[in-house]
Amino acid sequence: MKKRVKTLVTRNLKESMKKGGCGECQTSCQSACKTSCTVGNQSCENQQ
Amino acid sequence: MIHQYQNNGYNIVMDVNSGSIHVVDDVVYDVVPLFENNSLDQIVAALSDRHHPQDIREAWEEVRELKEEETLFTPDIYEQYIFDFKKRKTVVKALCLHIAHDCNLACQYCFAEEGEYHGRRALMSFEVGKKALDFLIANSGNRVNLEVDFFGGEPLMNWDVVKQLVQYGRSREEACGKRFRFTLTTNGVLLNDEIMEFCNREMSNVVLSLDGRREVNDRMRPFRNGKGSYDWIVPKFQEFARKRGSKSYYIRGTFTRNNLDFSEDVLHFADLGFRSVSVEPVVSAPEEPYSIREEDLPQIMEQYDLLAKEYIKRAKEGRGFTFFHFMIDLQQGPCVAKRLSGCGSGTEYLAVTPWGDLYPCHQFVGNEKFLLGNVEEGITNTAVRDEFKLCNVYAKEKCRNCFAKYYCSGGCAANSYQFHGCITDAYDIGCEMERKRVECSVMIQAALAEN
Repeated sequence: MKKRVKTLVTRNLKESMKKGGCGECQTSCQSACKTSCTVGNQSCENQQ
Repeated sequence: MIHQYQNNGYNIVMDVNSGSIHVVDDVVYDVVPLFENNSLDQIVAALSDRHHPQDIREAWEEVRELKEEETLFTPDIYEQYIFDFKKRKTVVKALCLHIAHDCNLACQYCFAEEGEYHGRRALMSFEVGKKALDFLIANSGNRVNLEVDFFGGEPLMNWDVVKQLVQYGRSREEACGKRFRFTLTTNGVLLNDEIMEFCNREMSNVVLSLDGRREVNDRMRPFRNGKGSYDWIVPKFQEFARKRGSKSYYIRGTFTRNNLDFSEDVLHFADLGFRSVSVEPVVSAPEEPYSIREEDLPQIMEQYDLLAKEYIKRAKEGRGFTFFHFMIDLQQGPCVAKRLSGCGSGTEYLAVTPWGDLYPCHQFVGNEKFLLGNVEEGITNTAVRDEFKLCNVYAKEKCRNCFAKYYCSGGCAANSYQFHGCITDAYDIGCEMERKRVECSVMIQAALAEN
C-alpha cells in the first residue's frame, strides 16, 4: 500500500494486446461524434 | 511516456503506454520528472528547498516501485504490433447511410450544406439501401455486430425507407449470423409518436441534434424561413428521451465562436432533463465568423474546467448526467489495437450516398477524390482505401509525442484533410481541445474514486 500514490484501476494496455483487435466494439463515429474522434470512452466487447 | 498535470486540486500522473493513472501527492509529483535522469541524491538536492529529504526519499521509493510494477515509465512496444494489425485483411462493419440528402432546417455550420453535400437533393431508395446492407453483410467477415446509422441531411424526410431497411436487416440477421445495431441522427422536426415508438423498439441509439439555450440554438439552427427551431423541437426531444427509458440516446449540440460559454448549454440540457449530452466544437473553415480560433482556446479550456467541476458536484449530489466528451472507460475501455488504429473510416466504416456511392466517411461525401466505389461493385478505388488503412497513430508525426493518442486514436481524418490537405496530419485546435477533455475526464475519475 503506497502512502503517497493512489492508482486508479485501469485496463492494462499491454495485456490487451493478447486478446485485442477483435473489432466487435462500436465504431467511434456511430456514437455521438461525427466531427471528431473519440475512442477512450468506448467499451470493449471482448472482456472474457 | 509520462504526462503529468494539476487540475482541480489533483496531481495526476499518466503513464501513457501502460494506460496507468496515478493520483499523487506534491512530493511524488515533483520527483517523477526527475526520476529517470537523476540519482536519488541529485533529486534530494534539487528538491530540498521545497520538500523534506525524508519525504523525497520516501516518494522516490514509491516511484521506483511503480516502475518495477510496470505502471510508470513503460516503454512503447506497440508500433510493430499495429503494423501487423494493419496488414490483416480489413472488413466493413459499419455504414453511415445518407438516407436523405435534404433537410428541413438551414443550420449555418452544416458540413452537408443544408443536406445537399455540394450536390443535388436526393432520397435513398429502398433498393439502394438494401444493396448497401447486402454489401455490409457480404464484406463483414466474421464480425457479428454490424452498425448502421441513418444519417442525412435529415433521415426522417425519408422515414418509410428507414423502416423498410430496418425490417430488411432484421430479416437477414439469423440466417447470416449477424446482429444489426441501428442508430438514427435526427433534428427532430418531423418526430411523432409512431417514429418514437419504432425507434425505441429498433434503434440501439438515437442522436438528437440541438445546440443548447434557445437563443444559441435559434441563431445557428433556424428553419429555412429563418424562424428558430428550439420551441418546436425541445418538447419533442423531451418526450422522446422520456419514452426511451434506459435505452441509449444523446442530445447532441455544436458550439461555435458565438457561444464560447458552452458549458451553459451543456448544463441547460441537463436542466431540461436530458441524461446523455454531447456538445462538440464546430469544425469549419477559418474564414467563417463562427469558427473556433486559436485565441478562443483559453476561454474554451476554462469552460471545460468549469463544466468538469459542476459535473462532479452533480454526480456526488446524485443528479449526475453523462457528457460524451467526459466519458472515459478506464477499466473496460478499448484494447490497444483499437486505440491506435484510428476511427476505421475508409476501411471498417463507410458512408453511402443516396445513389449508392461509397466514401470513407460522411465528411468526405461529395469530394470526388475520395469516391471509393459503390454498393453494386464494392470498393474499386483501392488506392484511397489503402491510404486510410495505413492511417494510424504511428503514421501521424504530431501524435507520436502526444499523451492523448490512446484516447483519440489519432483524431479525425476529415478534420486533418480540411486543414492540412492530407489525412495523416492533425487539426491542431481540435487536438488542444481533445487533450483538455482527456485531462478533465481523468480528473473526474480521480474525484469520483474518492467516494
